[in-house]
Amino acid sequence: MANFSKPTVPQFSVDVYQNEFLPEGGREVSAIVTVTSTGGGTSGAAGVPGYAGGGSAGVVIMVDCSGSMDYPATKMRGAREATAAAVDTLRDGTSFAVVAGTHVAKEVYPGNGGLAVADSRTRAEAKEALRSLSAGGGTAIGTWLRLADRLLSSADLAIRHGILLTDGRNEHESPEELRAALDACAGRFTCDARGVGTDWEVKEVTGIASALLGTADIVADPAGLAVDFTTMMEQAMGKGVADVVLRLWTPVGVEIGYVKQVAPTVEDLTARRTEAGPRAGDYPTGSWGDESRDYHVSVRVPQAAIGQEMLAARVSLIALDPAGGDPRPLSQGLVRAVWTDDLAMSTSINPQVAHYTGQAELADVIQQGLDARKSGDRDGATAKLGRAVQLAAASGNADTAKLLSKVVDVVDAATGTVRLKAKVAEADEMTLETRSTKTVRVKR
Amino acid sequence: MSQKPKPKPSHGLAACPGCAEPLDSGDRFCGACGYDLSAVPAAETEPDRPTVAIVTPVVWPAAPPREAGSLSTATQHPGDLPGTDSGGRDLPTMAVRTDGPVPAPPGTDTPPSGTPPSGTPTSGGDFELAAPDPRTAVQVDPPGSPQPAPPAHPPQPTQPPAAAPDAAALCVACRAGRVDTDGYCENCGHAQPRERDHMEQELGSVAAVSDRGLRHHRNEDAFAVSATTLPDGSPAALAIVCDGVSSATRPDEASAAAAQAAGASLLAALPRGIHPQQAMHEAIVAAAEAVNSLAEEPGPDGAEHDPHRNSPACTIVGSVVADGLLVVGWVGDSRVYWVPDDRTTPAARLTEDDSWAAQMVAAGLMNEAEAYADERAHAITGWLGADAYELDPHTAAFKPDRSGVVVVCTDGLWNYAEGAEDMARAVPPDAAGRPLGAAQVLVGHALDGGGHDNITVALLPFTVTPPGAGSA
Repeated sequence: MANFSKPTVPQFSVDVYQNEFLPEGGREVSAIVTVTSTGGGTSGAAGVPGYAGGGSAGVVIMVDCSGSMDYPATKMRGAREATAAAVDTLRDGTSFAVVAGTHVAKEVYPGNGGLAVADSRTRAEAKEALRSLSAGGGTAIGTWLRLADRLLSSADLAIRHGILLTDGRNEHESPEELRAALDACAGRFTCDARGVGTDWEVKEVTGIASALLGTADIVADPAGLAVDFTTMMEQAMGKGVADVVLRLWTPVGVEIGYVKQVAPTVEDLTARRTEAGPRAGDYPTGSWGDESRDYHVSVRVPQAAIGQEMLAARVSLIALDPAGGDPRPLSQGLVRAVWTDDLAMSTSINPQVAHYTGQAELADVIQQGLDARKSGDRDGATAKLGRAVQLAAASGNADTAKLLSKVVDVVDAATGTVRLKAKVAEADEMTLETRSTKTVRVKR
Repeated sequence: MSQKPKPKPSHGLAACPGCAEPLDSGDRFCGACGYDLSAVPAAETEPDRPTVAIVTPVVWPAAPPREAGSLSTATQHPGDLPGTDSGGRDLPTMAVRTDGPVPAPPGTDTPPSGTPPSGTPTSGGDFELAAPDPRTAVQVDPPGSPQPAPPAHPPQPTQPPAAAPDAAALCVACRAGRVDTDGYCENCGHAQPRERDHMEQELGSVAAVSDRGLRHHRNEDAFAVSATTLPDGSPAALAIVCDGVSSATRPDEASAAAAQAAGASLLAALPRGIHPQQAMHEAIVAAAEAVNSLAEEPGPDGAEHDPHRNSPACTIVGSVVADGLLVVGWVGDSRVYWVPDDRTTPAARLTEDDSWAAQMVAAGLMNEAEAYADERAHAITGWLGADAYELDPHTAAFKPDRSGVVVVCTDGLWNYAEGAEDMARAVPPDAAGRPLGAAQVLVGHALDGGGHDNITVALLPFTVTPPGAGSA
């Protein structure tokens, strides 16, 4: 499958893991679809513009400059330094801009309503402009996103990405306004979101990242921002192809249960389907570098007789052309259903499906447990977080287990017996909530 | 995958209440008058028992030496040549090798000079046909005639004919969608019939039919039938039948490789004058090597070796009819039955299963009823495959004194005609004259009984040409 004409286009491969055997009358078909892209982005030659020669990458950094960023003052300093480090990580030829966010959005650099192209001169100019950043004002994240969208659409770019940093709640616009801004920006650029300190709302930040197909995380200590921004920028620079969708084709009579990304994080995509021709729908996956993601597809097929076999779904990766050209199929996999009267075959659960079913439940029970804890339901919180400890231990999700152990005292991980800690650092609780959707892959 | 042998048919009737036609245990309706037998008592439904290999090694108690008076078939090793005749006596020394012209020395593969005697059922092109080739079924069954000459017996196989090229474009399930390149309907998603779902082949006097059955999603059986000539120009017919082990990976490929390799090996050996029993032994070894080599290559889907699944594996059974000799060879639980044309003389099973139940009975630890009632009864203890403990091909030679047919089959058939007499009843009386039709009838018998497994049967007529007048 060598593709010599477009050396920087990633090669996608799709692997399907499922137990295709159903008992008599069985209708539920579950499969884990592993999508791996290689050969693009980071492994491509540095400085080579994005695929198809249609333009390169553009990144807009949105820095919270609300008044609270001065309390403590290390936050504003950390944000300045982190932004400077991110600017240093920009590859030559990448378009970029810096936006200062308060209750309004303001261009910091280049300030001409467009984007600058990264080279040694513009990088130095941008860092100079960062010195003028000062805290003061409110927080209206929707306005930041809309400005980023305007800036990114001012140039012909293959990869459009945003990096958003906030330290407080989105107090100076209504949740509906933020929702509307996210809907307007969804599919137009991807965005990573970070919360610094502990005064921000976890669900706002994770909601932004989820809607814009990026990552969300907490940086409790402003001193850690520079490292985090550098990593984020490196990942953005590694993206080789944007606007990739997961296309699910299903035969007549097949109902779709759900479509979830399950690795590296849990992200339910079921409601984000857009129709794409007869019996086919597209689920957005954003942009791809050298990486691998897993999806859990669950469908309900019509009953069929023992010995029958049918295609339950065809999963393909499609690169949409923003210019309106023909979508490019990248790779595909088949989800099958075979009816058998061999109970040993039909009752066994595929290890991948079992693993990710557990990981999705883990994310759910952490969220429910923390919600219960906040609302004072200690029994409910203990039960849910106990189940979370049990799942994390059983699946080898060491990172989540470590975060859980800062919120609960683990008596017996195997049975999920825990006690709520009397005193929990706010940063620990927020870290657990923000990272609850992170999954580990099954050992193969 | 044999059924446990029932003392009497499940419907409790030896003959049809309506017309007194003899019945088989698996019959749902009388084959002659259509009497609904399920109306008598409820028919016992048999659970599906796929062929499975015992994965954990079993330490077997040492089997006692076989008693001279035992009625069970002698298991012979190739060193035991020249085998026994059907009476269990030693064959006359050298009488079994090809008489007349001195056998061609090994290495001279060319057919004997001079025109072969009339009736030699082979031609040069047939040598390439060792592998089961469904296209041949189309040849035998031209599109003009929808069904081959329907057998006179009612149980007619109801499987669809091999997909015609133009019909492949339209889904057979919904009749609305077209079929995509993956073999699924673009509308309803249903898998389309594959070439191996139903295969038929007829070559001169030998014929074979293989069918997916009604409960399995693919056909993991395979066969090879061929006809050739011995160095003296006398005809030889051979049939190989393999049953993929369902619990192993790629059982369908294993059976196809084994049947192809064994058939090719026999086709190469017999014209060189190698004794048929020795040739059968070598064919099984060749088949084992073919299956072993499958374990080394990744599957067609590129899947790496999955430690949870075991190596491709299959059973093998074969028979050669040549020079008045009937040779059988096997590993696993596929069987050969001998059904004489004169049904008043006894039929016989010529193979001894490599199965848990057979081992328990042979070791004297259980009687047959107990052993076959055990859930482990159908686990096989011998198979071809990289994870087989030790390849132990069994071969035996017989010299029947009368004409009959040799039924080479997988458990998909003998589950529904376990005893030799049951099998003899299922084989049409005119089987020797039209083996393909008879093989179709036998597959139909298994489908009518439930078709729980893949069904493959090959028929080899055995003709005794008496020195004087015909005795059959």
